[in-house]
Amino acid sequence: MDGEAQRATASWGNGTLAPGDHLRSDRAESPTPGLVEGTEPGAGQKSAMFVHAQSFEDLTAEAEEEVRREADINNPGDSEEELNVLVGEKEPHLTSESKSKEEDVSSEAWRSHRKHVFVLSEAGKPIYTRYGTEEALSSTMGVMMALVSVVESEKNTIRSIHADGCKVIFLTKSPLVLVGVSRTSQSDKELLRELQYIYYQIVSLLTLTQLNHIFQHKQNYDLRRLLAGSEYLTDNLLHRLDRDPGLLLSAVTCLPLASSARDTVSSSLQAAKSKNLVFSILLAGDRLVTLLRKKDQFLHHIDLHLVFNLVGSSSSFREGEGWTPICLPKFNTAGFFHAHISYLEPASQLCLILVSTDREDFFNMSECKQRFLERLSRRTAYQALKDALKSPTYSVEHVGIPELRHFLYKSKSSGLYTSPEFPDVYISDSEQERLMGLYQELHSSLHHPTRPLRFFYRCGERENLLAWVTSGFELYLCFSPLGTKALAVAAVTKLLKWIRKEEDRLFILSPLTY
Amino acid sequence: MGEKLPQVQGDPQLRRDTLSRPVRTLRAKMVLLGSSGVGKSSLALRFCKDEFRNTSPTVGCAYLTQVMHLSDVTLRFEIWDTAGEEKYHSVTPLYYRGAHAALLVYDVSKRDTFIRAQVWLRELEKQYVAGSTVLWLVGNKGDLAQHRQVSVQEGQSLANDRGLLFTETSALSGDQVDKLLLAVAHRVYECVGAQQGGLSEWQETPHVDLRRRNHLFASCCKVGP
Ligand SMILES: Nc1nc2c(ncn2[C@@H]2O[C@H](COP(=O)(O)OP(=O)(O)O)[C@@H](O)[C@H]2O)c(=O)[nH]1
Ligand SMILES: [Mg+2]
Repeated sequence: MDGEAQRATASWGNGTLAPGDHLRSDRAESPTPGLVEGTEPGAGQKSAMFVHAQSFEDLTAEAEEEVRREADINNPGDSEEELNVLVGEKEPHLTSESKSKEEDVSSEAWRSHRKHVFVLSEAGKPIYTRYGTEEALSSTMGVMMALVSVVESEKNTIRSIHADGCKVIFLTKSPLVLVGVSRTSQSDKELLRELQYIYYQIVSLLTLTQLNHIFQHKQNYDLRRLLAGSEYLTDNLLHRLDRDPGLLLSAVTCLPLASSARDTVSSSLQAAKSKNLVFSILLAGDRLVTLLRKKDQFLHHIDLHLVFNLVGSSSSFREGEGWTPICLPKFNTAGFFHAHISYLEPASQLCLILVSTDREDFFNMSECKQRFLERLSRRTAYQALKDALKSPTYSVEHVGIPELRHFLYKSKSSGLYTSPEFPDVYISDSEQERLMGLYQELHSSLHHPTRPLRFFYRCGERENLLAWVTSGFELYLCFSPLGTKALAVAAVTKLLKWIRKEEDRLFILSPLTY
Repeated sequence: MGEKLPQVQGDPQLRRDTLSRPVRTLRAKMVLLGSSGVGKSSLALRFCKDEFRNTSPTVGCAYLTQVMHLSDVTLRFEIWDTAGEEKYHSVTPLYYRGAHAALLVYDVSKRDTFIRAQVWLRELEKQYVAGSTVLWLVGNKGDLAQHRQVSVQEGQSLANDRGLLFTETSALSGDQVDKLLLAVAHRVYECVGAQQGGLSEWQETPHVDLRRRNHLFASCCKVGP
């Protein structure tokens, strides 16, 4: 990494939001100067699909209150009954499935993992560890809890400890405490964001109401009992956090599809409505084909990623139709939705998720799916959709910028991003993870809590990187190390033009509602 | 595994009917209960597709259907394959309420799953209406002879004590699985089908099939689980 260049560039931001002189001249070369939110390539034409705006900051801010104020369409009416079943009942002790992640927690290998994540209760009881077993770590977690309490007793909150190339980040979300131990160069804020995700993953399985209820009745409760069989969801989410640009950008990506075909799919889905159906999501693997929502109800990108994680982590929906309670914590931490999850065809990548407020709605949802299929199968759009599945991504060569290797582009107003497939240089897992790590660093700089940058260029030995954030979009580019800054800046212009030209296909421009 | 398959006593009235009109299709609700990992989903997959695959843990509940042709009637099993995890405990009554057949599955190589099956049994017995549900105890993974922790006799005597039917199966090899489903079908028809309003008739609604294989997308009448 070229430290000189880094520092020189970083000084442009210089602690203020106003662009420095260099930046101004760079932006003047942009094809669409003064891009504002809502007019950037990929911006939706009507209304945004997700909760948008400060989506990243949103994550690190205390959002609890806002969540509590959420719409009342979810009725957690039956939760009291459910809670009693959960807490009251004495059951034979079940030996937990022996974890495949069994690993000696005193070993060097265990210690040298890049990122550890621990979840514990406020009583210091272990709930989750990414590596090793919770049992083996109970004393370690006890120490962590002691640290948290000591600081709290002084009416303060412990946030992080920096030592020896290692960061320890604390997130207290009563009744849970989450601790991240990282050797990466991610900022505290980024690590906190990841812990938030893990927190929401757990809430999504149990609801916050239930969590509170349990720990109010039994401080010493072993939550692993309730999370048994779902640890893999947290494991997978952590893996995604390292690898999926969508989680980094707080955005989702779409299956490239001709807008006419997408519109037909969306309207077929719209026609299959039902009283309690709130969200319908059609996925192709990890890519969104379309999303419908009840008018005035928004699906937060975190909730959407939790749904992606659930569907992507389990092959169980391949057999028959799945029906599962799910809490969408950014929507309502108090109650469960009920999701009907099924693939359109047995071996297909197309997965339909119908989210209802009523737990007895299975057959209604099943019928909605039928109606959707009926309509869809009568249109040519279905064939177009299946053809699109054959090329779920695109090569960066289509953009026609020789030095450009890869990029991430997020349209802020739609909460959608686009990115080409990884080129050959980044084909291996380790290289992809390294590139993602670089993007994470850029992201950290752009979203620095006190000194955020708007524009950032960095030369490295193996690649040159450029990041640019405006009120309309976020852009991260990766160039071959032979390119120059002038070339990179010119490339931005060209890329934005290309995205504008392709936006019909790459984004969902006209989302529908029920 | 000396369970004798119950014989269907053909109702003469019914027999005559089938000559004059097509065989009726009746809906039968089946629920699979038991700890996670005992092989409920594997059994369901055997029931419906006669396949064995390594599946990942069930999230919530999975719904599958399978049609069984008996001599004078067709039963359309609507199978609710539950996850068996404690966090879903509160929604499980949705699935066993109104079930015509409840299969309590345990893993013969894990004693705690046998104990857990008894917990389920106690819960079911609280709701049980005589003659409305066929309760069947199923000891799965019979192929794991070398790791067996629950003997055939133990399973059988629990079943005898509590008035359950009992079968040992292997979803892996397929051993006894077909026979089990057929036996359940006979039993359900014999016990529940004979009662007034025991089983409702299935009305086929026109449905679409993207692969032209009917059973995969079969839809059903609107009755809550
Ligand atoms: N040896 C053996 N393994 C089985 C059998 N049935 C299921 N399994 C395995 O046991 C595990 C759990 O099975 P699954 O059907 O998911 O259990 P469920 O949680 O009760 O649905 C899987 O790894 C299956 O492959 C069986 O009859 N014999
Ligand atoms: Mg299962």
